[in-house]
Amino acid sequence: MVQTNSRLQTKDPCHPLDDLIRTDRIPHIWCSGCGIGTAFSSCLTAIKSTGFDLKKFIMVSGIGCSGRAAGYVKLDSFHTTHGRAIPFATGIKLGNPELNVIVFSGDGDLFAIGGNHFIHAARRNMDITVICVNNLNYGMTGGQAAATTPYKAKSTTTTLGNPEDPFNLPLMAYASGATYVARWTMLHIRDLTDSIEEALSKKGFSFIEVLTPCPINYGRRNKEKPLDTLKLYQDNTIIKNGANPSEVDIDFEKGVILGKFVDEDRPTHGEKYDMIYRAVS
Amino acid sequence: MEPAVLTGEHYITGDVACAEGALAAGCRFFAGYPITPATEIAEHMSIRLPNVDGTYIQMEDEISAIAAVLGASWTGAKSMTATSGPGFSLMMENIGLGICTETPCVIANVQRGGPSTGLPTQGAQSDMMQARWGSHGDYEIIVLAPSSCQDTFYLTITAFNLSETYRVPVLLMTDEIVGHMSEKVIIPKAHEIKTVSRVKPKGRKDHFKLFKPGAKGVAPMACAGEGYNIHVTGLTHDEKGYPVMSVDTQAEMMERITGKIRNNLADISRTESYLLDDAEIVVVSYGVSVRTSLAAVEEARKLGIKVGLLRLITVWPFPDDLIRNLSEKVKGFVTVEINLGQIHREVQRCVGWKVPTFLAGHPGGTIIPPENVIEILKEAF
Ligand SMILES: Cc1ncc(C[n+]2csc(CCOP(=O)(O)OP(=O)(O)O)c2C)c(N)n1
Ligand code: SF4
Ligand SMILES: [Mg+2]
Repeated sequence: MVQTNSRLQTKDPCHPLDDLIRTDRIPHIWCSGCGIGTAFSSCLTAIKSTGFDLKKFIMVSGIGCSGRAAGYVKLDSFHTTHGRAIPFATGIKLGNPELNVIVFSGDGDLFAIGGNHFIHAARRNMDITVICVNNLNYGMTGGQAAATTPYKAKSTTTTLGNPEDPFNLPLMAYASGATYVARWTMLHIRDLTDSIEEALSKKGFSFIEVLTPCPINYGRRNKEKPLDTLKLYQDNTIIKNGANPSEVDIDFEKGVILGKFVDEDRPTHGEKYDMIYRAVS
Repeated sequence: MEPAVLTGEHYITGDVACAEGALAAGCRFFAGYPITPATEIAEHMSIRLPNVDGTYIQMEDEISAIAAVLGASWTGAKSMTATSGPGFSLMMENIGLGICTETPCVIANVQRGGPSTGLPTQGAQSDMMQARWGSHGDYEIIVLAPSSCQDTFYLTITAFNLSETYRVPVLLMTDEIVGHMSEKVIIPKAHEIKTVSRVKPKGRKDHFKLFKPGAKGVAPMACAGEGYNIHVTGLTHDEKGYPVMSVDTQAEMMERITGKIRNNLADISRTESYLLDDAEIVVVSYGVSVRTSLAAVEEARKLGIKVGLLRLITVWPFPDDLIRNLSEKVKGFVTVEINLGQIHREVQRCVGWKVPTFLAGHPGGTIIPPENVIEILKEAF
């Protein structure tokens, strides 16, 4: 927990992103050393750099530490139920296609309980941008194994090591039909911000995975101090734009591949629906 | 573009009448997932919606269908979904989100026999308690039950009007029998149909509180993209919509979401009575069972039994006072419903031990034959 910032009482903005933050909701709940805040501010910077009308940006989150983003962003924002941010966002986009809809949520939310919605929204090429904060575990509930937890990693429910293999998220996004797929870590803040801006400016289903430390619940159990995780992000990653998504499994020993993997153009759900159902009549 | 209101005389099923009622009420968004016996509502909406500038989408399951309905409602679109037992179960968590976030929408449950996959093609009324209490936590909800195809048309409109008035999901609890039967349905002229839309906020956008009760205890509703910077969460929240994890905020929020229903019962509660003035016995029924109850009451009157019918159009909130008052005057009650006594127990709760209460029910699959009701009337009184 952070101490209340007395500067926030003054009227002058004290951070370049203050106009996009509900400063009356600060302090936030994120632990010190948590990476979500960095991914969040990267997203806000990207939103600003698009130059689009801020009134038309909507952020939708599910449940989890990452899902709290919707509660801090000063945009129309929706904090929904666990796993259901994408279908909620789908309803918003279909209800008012003028809106730019961003889903900002966690790996557990988007790929375990909400995995089915992810693949279907990608298949439809729903015109939304999904940002997944992947901290390799369920942070909010205290560090249980997720569908992204590496093989043999420790968690409160895999105390001897995870017997399961994790999803390769970019591969799943690509295979399901996403037209934009990228992965960065929160340390690669410039690339990440550029990537989010690019995704927001692009039509169709865009997916960005952001590797993010959860020192409290993941790092602690896997012998990674907060700085160790950042060091891994720096030393054991390889930027390879255009890499084949089937070759980007997360393995820090081999080196984790980052970059933009997919950037295609295909008609969106809305365009196809309008063409088939609204053209004549 | 086609007209949204198909004025004229039609011979259609209850499911199609539901879809046409929705369109006449101004529904412009439907998200669904196929399930017998509700599928025809989705099919009809998929054909009609794009022609009235609306949008239909078939989602990957009922969880996402209701989630999309809530999302669409927050853009200002009158939105609905339709399902039956298994899908209704899957929707429960997000129905709770709709209640907590005061999101208007309509959910039609064309009931079939349960539990589980049950009797997919045969009617029942056994989700009535699930309609009341199916999502976790305390809340109030509005539930309507149509008895005919014409009724389905009108009550779907009422469902939208109530949901828009009170910012609450409204459940239209029909059943396989009404859903699949075909009857004459008269659709009036568009200007003869009363439709209600949510109250929009006025005044300064930066001072706006999304959950601050206005007239009738209902907060005006700003929508996504209108510049209010709204925040909507299923966490316990204050009038601004911000999460506050405190006992007081919980109590205040619960008062807002239950009070707006409890304090407007006269407007929300709808019943119809038949031959009740001199009745000594009251038959209580709703939905399709009203039809068999009516036949039974008429037949019993011929036999000299002084019986009348109370039809619950609004099943929830339950008309406690009405039944309590009746119980002072009559000799007993018979509840007619296709389940093992869900509303019967509510009648009992209101009547207490003042007079006897009976159930004419069965576990589902067909109507309650009027003879069963007459039998009880003859033997018990
Ligand atoms: C239906 C339901 N099941 C379980 C939970 C409990 N729950 C809350 S957050 C969460 C996991 C969140 O993990 P993730 O999406 O990775 O977010 P993180 O906290 O790691 O950012 C779970 C299981 C819930 N809120 N709702
Ligand atoms: S538990 Fe982990 S993910 Fe959640 S705020 Fe703390 S560090 Fe971040
Ligand atoms: Mg996580």
